[in-house]
Amino acid sequence: MAEKVLMKGNEAIAEAAISCGCRHYFGYPITPQTEVAAYMAKRMPKIGGTFLQAESEIAAINMVIGAAAAGVRVMTSSSSPGISLKGEGISYMAGCDLPALIVNVQRGGPGLGGIQPSQSDYFQATRGGGHGDYHLIVLAPASVQEMAELTVRSFDLADKYRVPCMLLADGTMGQMMEPVTLGQSGGGTAEKPWALTGTGMRRPHNIINSLSLTPDELERWNVDRYKRYAQIAANEVMYEEYLCDDADVIVVGFGIAARVARNAVNSARAAGIRAGMFRPITLWPFPKEALFARAATAKAFVSVELSMGQLIEDVELAVRCTRPVSLCSRTGGMIPSPAEVLAAIKAAGAAQKGGN
Amino acid sequence: MTKNILIAGFGGQGVLFTGKFLAYAALLEDRQLSWLPSYGPEMRGGTCNCSVIVSDEPVGSPIVTEPDVLIVMNRPSLDRFESAVVPGGEIYVDSSLVDRKVERTDVTVHYVPATALSTERGFDGIANMILLGSVIEHSAVIDKKDIPAAMAKVVSAKHKDLYEFNIRAIELGFSC
Amino acid sequence: MAVVFDRPHALADVPMHYCPGCGHGIIHRLVAEAIDSIGAEGRTVGVASVGCSVFSYNYFNVDMVQAAHGRAPAVATGVKRANPENIVFTYQGDGDLAAIGTAETVHSAARGENITVIFVNNAIYGMTGGQMAPTSLPGQVTQTSPYGRDVATVGYPVKVCEMLSQLDGPAYIERVAVNSVANIRKAGRAIKKAFRYQDEKKGFSLIEVISTCPTNWGMTPEKAMKWAEENMIPYYPLGVYRDKYAEKK
Repeated sequence: MAEKVLMKGNEAIAEAAISCGCRHYFGYPITPQTEVAAYMAKRMPKIGGTFLQAESEIAAINMVIGAAAAGVRVMTSSSSPGISLKGEGISYMAGCDLPALIVNVQRGGPGLGGIQPSQSDYFQATRGGGHGDYHLIVLAPASVQEMAELTVRSFDLADKYRVPCMLLADGTMGQMMEPVTLGQSGGGTAEKPWALTGTGMRRPHNIINSLSLTPDELERWNVDRYKRYAQIAANEVMYEEYLCDDADVIVVGFGIAARVARNAVNSARAAGIRAGMFRPITLWPFPKEALFARAATAKAFVSVELSMGQLIEDVELAVRCTRPVSLCSRTGGMIPSPAEVLAAIKAAGAAQKGGN
Repeated sequence: MTKNILIAGFGGQGVLFTGKFLAYAALLEDRQLSWLPSYGPEMRGGTCNCSVIVSDEPVGSPIVTEPDVLIVMNRPSLDRFESAVVPGGEIYVDSSLVDRKVERTDVTVHYVPATALSTERGFDGIANMILLGSVIEHSAVIDKKDIPAAMAKVVSAKHKDLYEFNIRAIELGFSC
Repeated sequence: MAVVFDRPHALADVPMHYCPGCGHGIIHRLVAEAIDSIGAEGRTVGVASVGCSVFSYNYFNVDMVQAAHGRAPAVATGVKRANPENIVFTYQGDGDLAAIGTAETVHSAARGENITVIFVNNAIYGMTGGQMAPTSLPGQVTQTSPYGRDVATVGYPVKVCEMLSQLDGPAYIERVAVNSVANIRKAGRAIKKAFRYQDEKKGFSLIEVISTCPTNWGMTPEKAMKWAEENMIPYYPLGVYRDKYAEKK
């Protein structure tokens, strides 16, 4: 087994990307994800890769488009305001069916916001973020180990389905250090016959393009893409359940919120309350069937998030409003404390007892 | 056993470094751990803190809101975090820089004149390590035998003198 | 029978959508000739932009990607960095390159990115129906400057070659025109040289081509050629603005 090392989450992303064959990184500095760029700047020249600090996030995502079109594994990373700037490019990537990894180490918003951790880009990430009918595959790590593992998984999924993937982390996940074991996956094996490498005078030219002025053709492209999305939803959903089997109250949260929720669930159990935690790892596709199954036994749900109530909408949709869902959230860079989550669990449990 | 440790002071006092040392020591002991800094402009001269959790269980939230062990290296940090310490917890105070006593009576307090000692011994700027020595002595966060190896992880081999200074400072802290 | 005139191999044998008298057809041909001249058809990747030339991806027999408005040099950078042995060019209009994509233009030039930029300046937005471009002339009437470009309120045209030649990065910058046979010949030579420079890894080159838009200028093709000669070329003087390698000799 590979050695356990201590690493910041941001560095783990970078090293994991390199370990699975990513040799091209384009980015622009922004707190709290700059360690990804710094790590790449140090490593890439030594392994024959490209690190390029672009003139803007817009340029960076378009460089990613170029490299992805050329068939290589490529990534960019940024934080919330920078991801907004990349929105145009991300929409083009979806329209062009280009695989790549986009990392968002979220900070508080809107606008310039703050630099402390946040999850308030949930809607932006899970609904696409740019214009048009499309989705990204969105993965939410909750540990430094997952920062590494889900980075590799993102590249694999992106290549498999020709869909851009987003790793949706937050400032805490980026800045914290934990022991991590890095694997060597050796790089993608996906064939990319569509890539722009030159015709070699052996085949017709490849065109990568998202433009069609013929509505029925554009509709067909979108419908075909959504067939792929349906496959992703059927095959690639990931989630973690903690003490859910007998739980009366299930806390739903991802990333740092799930870490806090886990403490609160333990405290609730110690106090005799049957609480559990459900952690979506793929935010898109959302694990709605698995969560709905829990609604058969759980009496109430609590959405724990670092935003004003975004994840809660997917929780409500998933349980199809068969159970009450309450919100426990902080925003602007604040993080709910385990005590706040515990209070929310108690309140949700009490409301159910009162109601029955 | 789980120890939630919060280290707080000014940027430049080695708050994050102290936390990193503990994290590496815990790694060497193959325990579960997390290290989380306050980040951003705070790092440059303002107040700075660092959460370290060492545990035998998987670590939940990496944010230490209720420390078992609080290490404070300035007055604002004591003012801010004194009330957060769990009953029965420990507070380590750099008494050269903090001009008041801890008001809580349900915690164990160690006053270490770390900055004065550090200046006295001619190795300025390692008050943090002297405080840490006191923590290691009294709190059993990590095993003493892991100190040299952990130090080797956080001080690069290029700075052999720094390595020695830091080790000696920790040892000095054992008796504080 | 001897062939005296033929389609360049890199130019696709498909009907083009351009208006009668438009300069794009000529410029496409010159680019295709340049690709043929260095035998690079099989290893060239082109980047189409947004504007009338958006469909240029259909007209070249080379791999093509269509970039967002203004972003072609960034996309080309990604392609080139991924596969440095490919010949990579962008084909952009004035709105794309000198308005919305100014940052990408300037910084790819400053980096000395080893790509070739073909910049078609016809002083108007063609695709959207004739709005004022960053390169529209002072006093020029367009749909969004119906009383003529008023420099007091909207400022002056951007002189791209002059601006970029102040940078240390670019290897080769030249402004040419396609409004006469003599100018077309010169333009062909410049574009060939730009592709050759890239093949020789000499770095960034940009060829600005003064072109015509009879449709949106509201003129016959013949009058448009004359208008370019009398109005555009005096404002945008033709010639070499930068040639790092000629300077070194």
